Amino acid sequence: MLSFNFEKVRTEQDAIRAAAVGGRYIAGGTTLIDLMREEVERPEHLVDINALPMADIRADGFDLVIGALARMSDVAAHPETKRLEPLVAEALIEGASPQLRNMASTGGNLLQRVRCPYFRMLDAACNKRDPGSGCSAINGLNAGHAILGTSDHCVATHPSDVAVALVALEATMRVKGPDGERTFPVEELFRLPGNAPHLEHTLRPGELIVEIRVPGGPYARQARYLKVRDRASYEFALVSAAVALETAGGTIWQARVAVGGVGTRPWRMRAVEEALRDKPPGRNVFEAAAQLALEGARPLSHNHYKVELLPRTIVRALEMAGDVA
Amino acid sequence: MSMSDHNDAPSGKTRPTSGTTAPRSTLSRRSILQMAGGAASLAAAAGVAAQPALPGGPPVASTMHVRMVVNGSARQLEVDPRQSLLDVLRETLDLTGTKKGCNQGACGACTVLLNGRRVTSCLTLAVMHDGAEITTIEGLAQGDELHPLQAAFIAHDGFQCGFCTPGQIMSGVACIAEGHATSPEQIQFWMSGNICRCGAYPGIVAAVADAAGRT
Ligand code: FES
Ligand code: FES
Repeated sequence: MLSFNFEKVRTEQDAIRAAAVGGRYIAGGTTLIDLMREEVERPEHLVDINALPMADIRADGFDLVIGALARMSDVAAHPETKRLEPLVAEALIEGASPQLRNMASTGGNLLQRVRCPYFRMLDAACNKRDPGSGCSAINGLNAGHAILGTSDHCVATHPSDVAVALVALEATMRVKGPDGERTFPVEELFRLPGNAPHLEHTLRPGELIVEIRVPGGPYARQARYLKVRDRASYEFALVSAAVALETAGGTIWQARVAVGGVGTRPWRMRAVEEALRDKPPGRNVFEAAAQLALEGARPLSHNHYKVELLPRTIVRALEMAGDVA
Repeated sequence: MSMSDHNDAPSGKTRPTSGTTAPRSTLSRRSILQMAGGAASLAAAAGVAAQPALPGGPPVASTMHVRMVVNGSARQLEVDPRQSLLDVLRETLDLTGTKKGCNQGACGACTVLLNGRRVTSCLTLAVMHDGAEITTIEGLAQGDELHPLQAAFIAHDGFQCGFCTPGQIMSGVACIAEGHATSPEQIQFWMSGNICRCGAYPGIVAAVADAAGRT
Protein backbone atom coordinates (compact mmCIF):
# COMPACT_ATOMS: atom_id res chain seq x y z
CA MET A 1 0.00 0.00 0.00
CA LEU A 2 1.30 3.46 -0.89
CA SER A 3 1.63 6.17 1.74
CA PHE A 4 -1.20 8.61 2.39
CA ASN A 5 -2.20 11.30 4.82
CA PHE A 6 -4.94 10.33 7.23
CA GLU A 7 -7.38 12.85 8.61
CA LYS A 8 -10.39 12.22 10.82
CA VAL A 9 -13.05 14.92 10.44
CA ARG A 10 -15.77 15.87 12.93
CA THR A 11 -17.99 18.13 10.83
CA GLU A 12 -19.50 18.00 7.36
CA GLN A 13 -17.83 21.31 6.53
CA ASP A 14 -14.39 19.94 7.36
CA ALA A 15 -15.10 16.81 5.35
CA ILE A 16 -16.24 18.72 2.27
CA ARG A 17 -13.35 21.17 2.53
CA ALA A 18 -10.83 18.31 2.63
CA ALA A 19 -12.47 16.43 -0.23
CA ALA A 20 -12.81 19.51 -2.42
CA VAL A 21 -9.01 19.68 -2.62
CA GLY A 22 -8.54 16.03 -3.48
CA GLY A 23 -9.19 14.21 -0.21
CA ARG A 24 -10.88 10.85 -0.53
CA TYR A 25 -13.73 9.93 1.82
CA ILE A 26 -13.44 6.67 3.71
CA ALA A 27 -16.36 5.14 5.62
CA GLY A 28 -16.44 1.33 5.96
CA GLY A 29 -13.38 1.05 3.74
CA THR A 30 -14.23 -2.45 2.55
CA THR A 31 -13.76 -1.55 -1.13
CA LEU A 32 -11.19 1.18 -0.80
CA ILE A 33 -8.70 -0.53 1.52
CA ASP A 34 -8.74 -3.69 -0.57
CA LEU A 35 -8.04 -1.72 -3.75
CA MET A 36 -5.41 0.47 -2.06
CA ARG A 37 -3.56 -2.67 -1.05
CA GLU A 38 -3.56 -3.75 -4.71
CA GLU A 39 -2.50 -0.19 -5.67
CA VAL A 40 -5.51 0.07 -7.94
CA GLU A 41 -6.62 2.97 -5.75
CA ARG A 42 -3.90 5.42 -4.78
CA PRO A 43 -5.43 8.21 -2.70
CA GLU A 44 -2.92 10.60 -1.21
CA HIS A 45 -5.25 11.93 1.43
CA LEU A 46 -7.89 9.87 3.25
CA VAL A 47 -10.72 11.68 5.00
CA ASP A 48 -12.31 9.46 7.65
CA ILE A 49 -15.96 10.51 7.90
CA ASN A 50 -17.10 7.89 10.40
CA ALA A 51 -17.48 10.44 13.20
CA LEU A 52 -20.08 12.46 11.28
CA PRO A 53 -23.66 12.12 12.58
CA MET A 54 -25.05 10.47 9.44
CA ALA A 55 -25.88 6.93 10.57
CA ASP A 56 -29.52 7.50 11.44
CA ILE A 57 -32.30 5.28 10.11
CA ARG A 58 -35.81 6.67 10.49
CA ALA A 59 -39.32 6.83 9.13
CA ASP A 60 -40.60 10.12 7.73
CA GLY A 61 -44.28 9.55 7.07
CA PHE A 62 -44.27 6.51 4.79
CA ASP A 63 -40.73 7.20 3.57
CA LEU A 64 -37.67 5.44 4.89
CA VAL A 65 -34.68 7.75 5.40
CA ILE A 66 -31.25 6.12 5.65
CA GLY A 67 -28.16 8.04 6.73
CA ALA A 68 -25.23 7.54 4.36
CA LEU A 69 -23.10 6.13 7.18
CA ALA A 70 -25.69 3.60 8.35
CA ARG A 71 -24.14 0.15 8.10
CA MET A 72 -25.74 -2.44 5.81
CA SER A 73 -26.48 -4.76 8.74
CA ASP A 74 -28.11 -1.97 10.76
CA VAL A 75 -30.29 -0.85 7.87
CA ALA A 76 -31.35 -4.45 7.14
CA ALA A 77 -32.22 -5.19 10.77
CA HIS A 78 -33.98 -1.89 11.51
CA PRO A 79 -37.69 -2.28 12.33
CA GLU A 80 -38.63 0.70 10.14
CA THR A 81 -36.82 -0.84 7.16
CA LYS A 82 -38.68 -4.09 7.64
CA ARG A 83 -41.99 -2.29 8.11
CA LEU A 84 -41.76 0.26 5.32
CA GLU A 85 -39.33 -1.16 2.77
CA PRO A 86 -38.85 -4.93 3.17
CA LEU A 87 -37.32 -5.03 -0.33
CA VAL A 88 -34.39 -2.93 0.89
CA ALA A 89 -33.83 -5.27 3.84
CA GLU A 90 -33.98 -8.33 1.61
CA ALA A 91 -31.53 -6.93 -0.94
CA LEU A 92 -29.08 -5.91 1.81
CA ILE A 93 -29.08 -9.34 3.43
CA GLU A 94 -28.35 -10.97 0.08
CA GLY A 95 -25.19 -8.86 -0.34
CA ALA A 96 -21.68 -9.51 1.00
CA SER A 97 -21.10 -11.40 4.28
CA PRO A 98 -22.23 -10.67 7.86
CA GLN A 99 -18.80 -9.23 8.68
CA LEU A 100 -18.74 -6.95 5.63
CA ARG A 101 -22.33 -5.84 6.24
CA ASN A 102 -21.27 -4.75 9.72
CA MET A 103 -18.60 -2.53 8.15
CA ALA A 104 -19.91 -1.26 4.81
CA SER A 105 -21.89 1.98 4.78
CA THR A 106 -24.93 2.72 2.65
CA GLY A 107 -23.22 5.55 0.77
CA GLY A 108 -20.12 3.45 0.20
CA ASN A 109 -22.20 0.55 -1.04
CA LEU A 110 -23.53 2.74 -3.87
CA LEU A 111 -20.02 3.94 -4.74
CA GLN A 112 -18.30 0.56 -4.57
CA ARG A 113 -16.05 -0.20 -7.51
CA VAL A 114 -16.60 -2.96 -10.06
CA ARG A 115 -15.61 -6.58 -9.43
CA CYS A 116 -14.21 -7.18 -12.91
CA PRO A 117 -11.04 -9.22 -12.30
CA TYR A 118 -9.09 -7.19 -14.86
CA PHE A 119 -9.82 -3.99 -12.95
CA ARG A 120 -7.70 -5.21 -10.05
CA MET A 121 -5.01 -6.84 -12.19
CA LEU A 122 -2.40 -4.16 -12.72
CA ASP A 123 -0.89 -5.87 -15.76
CA ALA A 124 -4.22 -6.19 -17.61
CA ALA A 125 -5.73 -3.52 -19.84
CA CYS A 126 -8.58 -1.69 -18.12
CA ASN A 127 -10.08 1.62 -19.19
CA LYS A 128 -11.56 2.16 -15.74
CA ARG A 129 -8.24 1.87 -13.96
CA ASP A 130 -6.03 3.25 -16.72
CA PRO A 131 -8.07 5.26 -19.27
CA GLY A 132 -7.12 4.48 -22.84
CA SER A 133 -5.40 1.18 -22.04
CA GLY A 134 -8.22 -0.96 -23.47
CA CYS A 135 -10.52 -3.59 -21.99
CA SER A 136 -9.21 -7.08 -21.31
CA ALA A 137 -12.69 -8.37 -20.48
CA ILE A 138 -14.28 -7.86 -23.92
CA ASN A 139 -12.29 -10.74 -25.39
CA GLY A 140 -11.33 -12.30 -22.07
CA LEU A 141 -13.09 -14.15 -19.28
CA ASN A 142 -16.39 -12.32 -19.31
CA ALA A 143 -18.94 -14.80 -17.95
CA GLY A 144 -19.79 -12.45 -15.11
CA HIS A 145 -19.98 -9.31 -17.22
CA ALA A 146 -22.83 -7.15 -18.46
CA ILE A 147 -25.14 -7.54 -21.43
CA LEU A 148 -26.87 -4.17 -21.03
CA GLY A 149 -25.34 -0.71 -21.20
CA THR A 150 -21.93 -1.93 -22.31
CA SER A 151 -19.63 -0.05 -24.65
CA ASP A 152 -16.56 -0.99 -26.63
CA HIS A 153 -14.56 0.40 -23.71
CA CYS A 154 -16.04 -1.38 -20.69
CA VAL A 155 -18.41 -4.26 -19.95
CA ALA A 156 -18.22 -4.49 -16.13
CA THR A 157 -21.43 -4.84 -14.10
CA HIS A 158 -22.30 -2.66 -11.14
CA PRO A 159 -21.97 -5.03 -8.18
CA SER A 160 -24.40 -3.59 -5.60
CA ASP A 161 -27.57 -5.46 -4.64
CA VAL A 162 -29.24 -2.75 -2.60
CA ALA A 163 -28.74 -0.23 -5.41
CA VAL A 164 -31.01 -2.40 -7.58
CA ALA A 165 -33.73 -2.23 -4.93
CA LEU A 166 -33.25 1.52 -4.48
CA VAL A 167 -33.52 2.15 -8.22
CA ALA A 168 -36.68 0.02 -8.43
CA LEU A 169 -38.24 1.96 -5.54
CA GLU A 170 -37.30 5.37 -7.03
CA ALA A 171 -35.18 6.34 -4.03
CA THR A 172 -33.52 9.74 -4.00
CA MET A 173 -30.25 10.86 -2.45
CA ARG A 174 -29.26 14.07 -0.74
CA VAL A 175 -25.66 15.23 -1.17
CA LYS A 176 -23.75 18.22 0.13
CA GLY A 177 -20.77 19.81 -1.54
CA PRO A 178 -18.74 22.99 -1.82
CA ASP A 179 -21.62 24.60 -3.77
CA GLY A 180 -24.36 23.54 -1.39
CA GLU A 181 -26.88 20.80 -1.27
CA ARG A 182 -28.88 18.92 -3.92
CA THR A 183 -31.22 15.95 -4.15
CA PHE A 184 -31.59 13.64 -7.13
CA PRO A 185 -32.77 10.10 -7.96
CA VAL A 186 -30.33 7.33 -6.98
CA GLU A 187 -30.70 6.08 -10.55
CA GLU A 188 -28.96 9.23 -11.78
CA LEU A 189 -25.89 8.58 -9.63
CA PHE A 190 -24.63 5.95 -12.05
CA ARG A 191 -23.11 6.75 -15.43
CA LEU A 192 -22.97 4.47 -18.43
CA PRO A 193 -19.37 3.61 -19.35
CA GLY A 194 -19.54 5.06 -22.88
CA ASN A 195 -16.08 6.14 -23.93
CA ALA A 196 -15.08 7.27 -20.42
CA PRO A 197 -15.61 4.27 -18.13
CA HIS A 198 -13.31 5.73 -15.47
CA LEU A 199 -16.09 8.24 -14.72
CA GLU A 200 -18.55 6.11 -12.76
CA HIS A 201 -20.84 8.49 -10.96
CA THR A 202 -22.29 11.98 -11.20
CA LEU A 203 -21.06 13.37 -7.88
CA ARG A 204 -19.12 16.62 -8.19
CA PRO A 205 -15.73 17.10 -6.52
CA GLY A 206 -16.08 17.18 -2.75
CA GLU A 207 -19.70 16.10 -2.68
CA LEU A 208 -20.68 13.97 0.29
CA ILE A 209 -23.67 11.63 0.27
CA VAL A 210 -25.75 12.57 3.32
CA GLU A 211 -28.84 10.38 3.14
CA ILE A 212 -31.02 8.17 0.98
CA ARG A 213 -34.80 8.54 0.97
CA VAL A 214 -36.91 5.59 -0.12
CA PRO A 215 -40.46 6.74 -0.85
CA GLY A 216 -43.21 4.66 0.66
CA GLY A 217 -45.87 3.49 -1.72
CA PRO A 218 -48.58 0.92 -2.04
CA TYR A 219 -46.17 -1.33 -3.96
CA ALA A 220 -43.37 -1.10 -1.40
CA ARG A 221 -44.82 -3.91 0.68
CA GLN A 222 -45.51 -6.33 -2.14
CA ALA A 223 -41.91 -6.47 -3.21
CA ARG A 224 -39.20 -9.11 -3.52
CA TYR A 225 -35.51 -9.36 -4.36
CA LEU A 226 -34.31 -12.50 -6.10
CA LYS A 227 -30.60 -13.08 -6.54
CA VAL A 228 -29.27 -15.90 -8.72
CA ARG A 229 -25.63 -16.75 -8.10
CA ASP A 230 -23.02 -19.50 -8.21
CA ARG A 231 -23.37 -20.37 -4.52
CA ALA A 232 -26.17 -19.96 -2.03
CA SER A 233 -24.73 -16.98 -0.16
CA TYR A 234 -21.79 -14.55 -0.10
CA GLU A 235 -21.47 -14.25 -3.86
CA PHE A 236 -22.17 -11.57 -6.42
CA ALA A 237 -25.25 -11.87 -8.61
CA LEU A 238 -25.22 -13.53 -12.00
CA VAL A 239 -28.64 -11.97 -12.37
CA SER A 240 -30.83 -10.36 -9.74
CA ALA A 241 -34.24 -8.74 -9.87
CA ALA A 242 -35.99 -6.32 -7.55
CA VAL A 243 -39.71 -6.18 -8.23
CA ALA A 244 -42.61 -4.41 -6.55
CA LEU A 245 -46.27 -4.72 -7.43
CA GLU A 246 -49.44 -2.91 -6.55
CA THR A 247 -52.36 -5.17 -7.28
CA ALA A 248 -56.05 -4.77 -6.60
CA GLY A 249 -59.08 -6.59 -7.85
CA GLY A 250 -57.00 -9.07 -9.83
CA THR A 251 -55.17 -6.35 -11.75
CA ILE A 252 -51.64 -4.94 -11.59
CA TRP A 253 -52.02 -1.23 -11.04
CA GLN A 254 -48.35 -0.44 -10.87
CA ALA A 255 -45.13 -2.40 -11.20
CA ARG A 256 -41.50 -1.55 -10.47
CA VAL A 257 -38.74 -3.71 -11.87
CA ALA A 258 -34.96 -3.26 -11.74
CA VAL A 259 -32.23 -5.81 -12.33
CA GLY A 260 -28.64 -6.39 -11.29
CA GLY A 261 -25.74 -8.51 -12.51
CA VAL A 262 -26.53 -7.77 -16.15
CA GLY A 263 -26.07 -4.01 -16.52
CA THR A 264 -23.19 -1.60 -16.31
CA ARG A 265 -25.36 0.15 -13.77
CA PRO A 266 -28.41 -0.92 -11.74
CA TRP A 267 -30.96 -1.27 -14.53
CA ARG A 268 -34.54 -0.08 -14.31
CA MET A 269 -36.87 -2.01 -16.64
CA ARG A 270 -39.48 0.56 -17.65
CA ALA A 271 -40.70 -1.39 -20.68
CA VAL A 272 -41.34 -4.42 -18.49
CA GLU A 273 -43.21 -2.28 -15.96
CA GLU A 274 -45.36 -0.77 -18.69
CA ALA A 275 -46.22 -4.21 -20.08
CA LEU A 276 -47.41 -5.38 -16.66
CA ARG A 277 -49.69 -2.46 -15.99
CA ASP A 278 -53.46 -3.14 -16.05
CA LYS A 279 -52.90 -6.85 -16.60
CA PRO A 280 -53.89 -9.72 -14.32
CA PRO A 281 -50.87 -11.14 -12.45
CA GLY A 282 -49.94 -14.56 -13.82
CA ARG A 283 -47.26 -16.56 -15.53
CA ASN A 284 -48.16 -15.69 -19.13
CA VAL A 285 -48.36 -11.99 -18.42
CA PHE A 286 -45.07 -12.11 -16.51
CA GLU A 287 -43.30 -14.05 -19.26
CA ALA A 288 -44.45 -11.73 -22.03
CA ALA A 289 -43.39 -8.67 -20.07
CA ALA A 290 -40.03 -10.14 -19.03
CA GLN A 291 -39.03 -10.73 -22.66
CA LEU A 292 -38.89 -6.94 -23.05
CA ALA A 293 -35.97 -6.91 -20.61
CA LEU A 294 -33.72 -8.09 -23.43
CA GLU A 295 -34.13 -4.99 -25.59
CA GLY A 296 -30.65 -3.86 -26.59
CA ALA A 297 -28.91 -6.81 -24.90
CA ARG A 298 -25.41 -7.47 -26.25
CA PRO A 299 -24.06 -10.77 -24.92
CA LEU A 300 -20.30 -11.40 -24.87
CA SER A 301 -18.42 -14.61 -25.65
CA HIS A 302 -19.02 -16.22 -22.23
CA ASN A 303 -22.21 -14.67 -20.86
CA HIS A 304 -24.86 -15.68 -23.36
CA TYR A 305 -26.56 -17.59 -20.55
CA LYS A 306 -27.68 -14.28 -19.09
CA VAL A 307 -29.98 -13.80 -22.07
CA GLU A 308 -31.94 -16.83 -20.85
CA LEU A 309 -31.47 -16.20 -17.17
CA LEU A 310 -32.55 -12.56 -17.09
CA PRO A 311 -36.22 -12.96 -18.14
CA ARG A 312 -36.55 -16.12 -16.07
CA THR A 313 -35.25 -14.34 -12.99
CA ILE A 314 -37.71 -11.50 -13.51
CA VAL A 315 -40.61 -13.96 -13.94
CA ARG A 316 -39.69 -15.83 -10.77
CA ALA A 317 -39.32 -12.60 -8.78
CA LEU A 318 -42.71 -11.39 -10.04
CA GLU A 319 -44.26 -14.70 -9.02
CA MET A 320 -42.73 -14.34 -5.56
CA ALA A 321 -44.00 -10.78 -5.21
CA GLY A 322 -47.41 -11.62 -6.64
CA ASP A 323 -47.48 -14.72 -4.45
CA VAL A 324 -48.86 -16.72 -7.35
CA ALA A 325 -46.01 -19.21 -7.63
CA MET B 1 -1.93 -16.03 -2.96
CA SER B 2 1.41 -14.55 -3.86
CA MET B 3 4.12 -13.65 -1.42
CA SER B 4 3.60 -9.99 -2.14
CA ASP B 5 0.17 -10.24 -0.53
CA HIS B 6 1.97 -10.68 2.72
CA ASN B 7 4.70 -8.22 2.11
CA ASP B 8 2.94 -5.18 0.71
CA ALA B 9 1.52 -4.16 4.06
CA PRO B 10 3.95 -2.15 6.13
CA SER B 11 5.74 -4.68 8.25
CA GLY B 12 7.34 -2.14 10.55
CA LYS B 13 6.87 -3.30 14.08
CA THR B 14 5.84 -0.50 16.33
CA ARG B 15 5.87 -1.12 20.01
CA PRO B 16 3.04 -0.75 22.45
CA THR B 17 3.99 2.05 24.79
CA SER B 18 2.05 0.54 27.65
CA GLY B 19 0.01 -2.53 28.40
CA THR B 20 1.25 -6.02 28.92
CA THR B 21 3.38 -7.93 26.50
CA ALA B 22 4.88 -11.14 27.74
CA PRO B 23 8.67 -10.90 27.57
CA ARG B 24 10.33 -13.49 25.41
CA SER B 25 13.32 -15.24 26.83
CA THR B 26 14.09 -17.37 23.81
CA LEU B 27 13.55 -16.92 20.10
CA SER B 28 10.37 -18.72 19.08
CA ARG B 29 9.88 -20.34 15.70
CA ARG B 30 7.58 -17.45 14.92
CA SER B 31 10.20 -14.79 15.75
CA ILE B 32 12.62 -16.46 13.40
CA LEU B 33 10.01 -16.59 10.65
CA GLN B 34 9.20 -12.95 11.28
CA MET B 35 12.83 -11.98 10.93
CA ALA B 36 13.06 -13.89 7.65
CA GLY B 37 9.83 -12.27 6.43
CA GLY B 38 11.08 -8.84 7.43
CA ALA B 39 14.18 -9.28 5.31
CA ALA B 40 12.09 -10.39 2.36
CA SER B 41 9.73 -7.44 2.64
CA LEU B 42 12.62 -5.00 2.85
CA ALA B 43 13.92 -6.40 -0.40
CA ALA B 44 10.47 -6.23 -1.98
CA ALA B 45 9.98 -2.64 -0.88
CA ALA B 46 13.32 -1.38 -2.19
CA GLY B 47 12.73 1.81 -4.13
CA VAL B 48 9.38 2.46 -2.47
CA ALA B 49 9.28 5.75 -0.61
CA ALA B 50 8.27 4.44 2.79
CA GLN B 51 10.71 1.85 4.05
CA PRO B 52 9.49 -0.58 6.65
CA ALA B 53 11.47 -0.38 9.84
CA LEU B 54 13.58 -3.33 10.95
CA PRO B 55 12.27 -5.14 13.99
CA GLY B 56 13.52 -3.18 16.96
CA GLY B 57 14.64 -0.32 14.74
CA PRO B 58 13.21 3.17 14.54
CA PRO B 59 9.47 3.41 13.86
CA VAL B 60 8.33 4.23 10.32
CA ALA B 61 7.76 7.89 9.55
CA SER B 62 4.50 9.69 10.42
CA THR B 63 2.88 7.20 12.74
CA MET B 64 -0.31 8.07 14.55
CA HIS B 65 -1.37 7.55 18.11
CA VAL B 66 -4.24 5.12 18.70
CA ARG B 67 -5.77 3.87 21.95
CA MET B 68 -7.62 0.57 22.01
CA VAL B 69 -8.91 -1.85 24.58
CA VAL B 70 -7.85 -5.26 23.34
CA ASN B 71 -9.19 -8.30 25.18
CA GLY B 72 -9.83 -6.11 28.19
CA SER B 73 -6.45 -4.39 28.44
CA ALA B 74 -5.86 -0.79 27.43
CA ARG B 75 -3.24 -0.31 24.75
CA GLN B 76 -1.52 2.82 23.52
CA LEU B 77 -0.12 2.31 20.06
CA GLU B 78 1.83 4.19 17.45
CA VAL B 79 0.64 2.89 14.09
CA ASP B 80 1.44 3.57 10.48
CA PRO B 81 -1.84 4.72 8.86
CA ARG B 82 -1.44 1.92 6.31
CA GLN B 83 -1.51 -0.81 8.94
CA SER B 84 -4.68 -2.87 8.94
CA LEU B 85 -6.25 -3.73 12.26
CA LEU B 86 -5.21 -7.31 11.50
CA ASP B 87 -1.55 -6.40 11.08
CA VAL B 88 -1.53 -4.38 14.28
CA LEU B 89 -3.07 -7.27 16.22
CA ARG B 90 -0.67 -9.82 14.80
CA GLU B 91 2.54 -7.90 14.41
CA THR B 92 2.45 -5.12 16.96
CA LEU B 93 0.49 -6.83 19.72
CA ASP B 94 1.68 -10.35 18.89
CA LEU B 95 -1.89 -11.65 19.03
CA THR B 96 -1.29 -14.20 16.31
CA GLY B 97 -4.44 -16.22 16.94
CA THR B 98 -6.23 -14.02 14.40
CA LYS B 99 -5.21 -15.34 10.98
CA LYS B 100 -4.45 -13.73 7.65
CA GLY B 101 -5.97 -15.86 4.90
CA CYS B 102 -6.86 -13.82 1.84
CA ASN B 103 -6.16 -10.29 3.16
CA GLN B 104 -9.09 -9.23 0.92
CA GLY B 105 -12.19 -9.66 3.06
CA ALA B 106 -13.14 -12.90 1.33
CA CYS B 107 -12.28 -15.68 3.78
CA GLY B 108 -13.14 -14.50 7.30
CA ALA B 109 -9.97 -15.92 8.90
CA CYS B 110 -9.23 -12.47 10.35
CA THR B 111 -12.65 -12.04 12.03
CA VAL B 112 -12.58 -10.21 15.37
CA LEU B 113 -15.20 -8.38 17.40
CA LEU B 114 -14.93 -4.62 17.02
CA ASN B 115 -17.08 -2.88 19.63
CA GLY B 116 -18.96 -6.17 19.91
CA ARG B 117 -19.60 -6.62 16.17
CA ARG B 118 -17.87 -9.13 13.93
CA VAL B 119 -15.69 -7.58 11.23
CA THR B 120 -12.88 -8.70 8.94
CA SER B 121 -9.86 -7.02 10.48
CA CYS B 122 -7.90 -7.15 7.21
CA LEU B 123 -10.24 -4.64 5.58
CA THR B 124 -10.03 -1.86 8.10
CA LEU B 125 -7.22 0.45 9.15
CA ALA B 126 -6.13 0.55 12.76
CA VAL B 127 -6.05 4.37 12.73
CA MET B 128 -9.80 4.38 12.11
CA HIS B 129 -10.43 2.78 15.51
CA ASP B 130 -9.10 5.09 18.17
CA GLY B 131 -11.04 4.31 21.35
CA ALA B 132 -12.40 0.97 20.09
CA GLU B 133 -12.84 -2.25 22.02
CA ILE B 134 -11.51 -5.34 20.28
CA THR B 135 -11.99 -8.99 21.19
CA THR B 136 -9.82 -11.62 19.52
CA ILE B 137 -9.74 -15.37 19.92
CA GLU B 138 -7.19 -14.91 22.72
CA GLY B 139 -9.82 -13.01 24.70
CA LEU B 140 -12.55 -15.65 24.77
CA ALA B 141 -11.43 -18.16 27.39
CA GLN B 142 -11.75 -17.36 31.09
CA GLY B 143 -8.37 -18.46 32.36
CA ASP B 144 -8.18 -22.18 31.67
CA GLU B 145 -11.88 -22.47 31.00
CA LEU B 146 -12.71 -22.45 27.31
CA HIS B 147 -15.54 -20.38 25.91
CA PRO B 148 -18.56 -22.66 25.29
CA LEU B 149 -18.11 -22.30 21.53
CA GLN B 150 -14.42 -23.21 21.74
CA ALA B 151 -15.39 -26.33 23.69
CA ALA B 152 -18.12 -27.12 21.16
CA PHE B 153 -15.64 -26.90 18.25
CA ILE B 154 -13.54 -29.56 19.97
CA ALA B 155 -16.53 -31.72 20.83
CA HIS B 156 -17.94 -31.60 17.26
CA ASP B 157 -14.67 -31.81 15.30
CA GLY B 158 -15.25 -28.34 13.92
CA PHE B 159 -11.83 -28.14 12.31
CA GLN B 160 -9.10 -30.07 10.58
CA CYS B 161 -6.01 -27.92 9.98
CA GLY B 162 -7.35 -25.21 12.28
CA PHE B 163 -6.34 -22.21 10.20
CA CYS B 164 -9.86 -20.88 9.73
CA THR B 165 -10.91 -21.80 13.26
CA PRO B 166 -10.21 -18.59 15.19
CA GLY B 167 -12.20 -16.66 12.58
CA GLN B 168 -14.97 -19.26 12.59
CA ILE B 169 -15.23 -19.11 16.37
CA MET B 170 -15.26 -15.30 16.54
CA SER B 171 -17.87 -15.22 13.78
CA GLY B 172 -19.85 -17.96 15.53
CA VAL B 173 -19.84 -16.07 18.84
CA ALA B 174 -21.32 -13.06 17.04
CA CYS B 175 -23.75 -15.21 15.03
CA ILE B 176 -25.16 -16.61 18.28
CA ALA B 177 -25.27 -13.20 19.96
CA GLU B 178 -27.12 -11.72 16.95
CA GLY B 179 -29.78 -14.42 17.28
CA HIS B 180 -28.94 -15.90 13.88
CA ALA B 181 -28.07 -19.42 15.08
CA THR B 182 -31.66 -20.64 15.16
CA SER B 183 -31.42 -23.54 12.68
CA PRO B 184 -28.72 -25.31 10.64
CA GLU B 185 -29.90 -23.41 7.54
CA GLN B 186 -29.70 -20.08 9.36
CA ILE B 187 -26.26 -20.92 10.70
CA GLN B 188 -25.03 -21.84 7.21
CA PHE B 189 -26.30 -18.56 5.80
CA TRP B 190 -25.03 -16.37 8.65
CA MET B 191 -21.64 -18.11 8.80
CA SER B 192 -21.06 -17.81 5.05
CA GLY B 193 -18.43 -15.12 5.49
CA ASN B 194 -16.06 -17.76 6.87
CA ILE B 195 -14.47 -20.16 4.42
CA CYS B 196 -13.00 -23.51 5.51
CA ARG B 197 -10.65 -25.03 2.96
CA CYS B 198 -10.68 -28.31 4.88
CA GLY B 199 -14.44 -28.50 4.52
CA ALA B 200 -15.16 -28.92 8.22
CA TYR B 201 -18.54 -27.25 7.72
CA PRO B 202 -20.77 -29.99 9.21
CA GLY B 203 -18.78 -29.88 12.45
CA ILE B 204 -18.75 -26.07 12.45
CA VAL B 205 -22.53 -25.86 12.03
CA ALA B 206 -23.04 -28.51 14.73
CA ALA B 207 -20.71 -26.66 17.12
CA VAL B 208 -22.46 -23.32 16.62
CA ALA B 209 -25.88 -24.95 17.03
CA ASP B 210 -24.73 -26.74 20.18
CA ALA B 211 -23.28 -23.62 21.78
CA ALA B 212 -26.33 -21.58 20.77
CA GLY B 213 -28.53 -24.12 22.55
CA ARG B 214 -26.52 -23.76 25.74
CA THR B 215 -26.53 -19.97 25.95
S1 FES C 1 -7.87 -12.40 5.83
FE1 FES C 1 -9.47 -11.02 6.21
S2 FES C 1 -11.12 -11.95 5.20
FE2 FES C 1 -9.47 -13.22 4.60
S1 FES D 1 -9.98 -26.32 9.40
FE1 FES D 1 -8.59 -26.09 7.76
S2 FES D 1 -9.39 -24.35 6.77
FE2 FES D 1 -10.92 -24.79 8.17
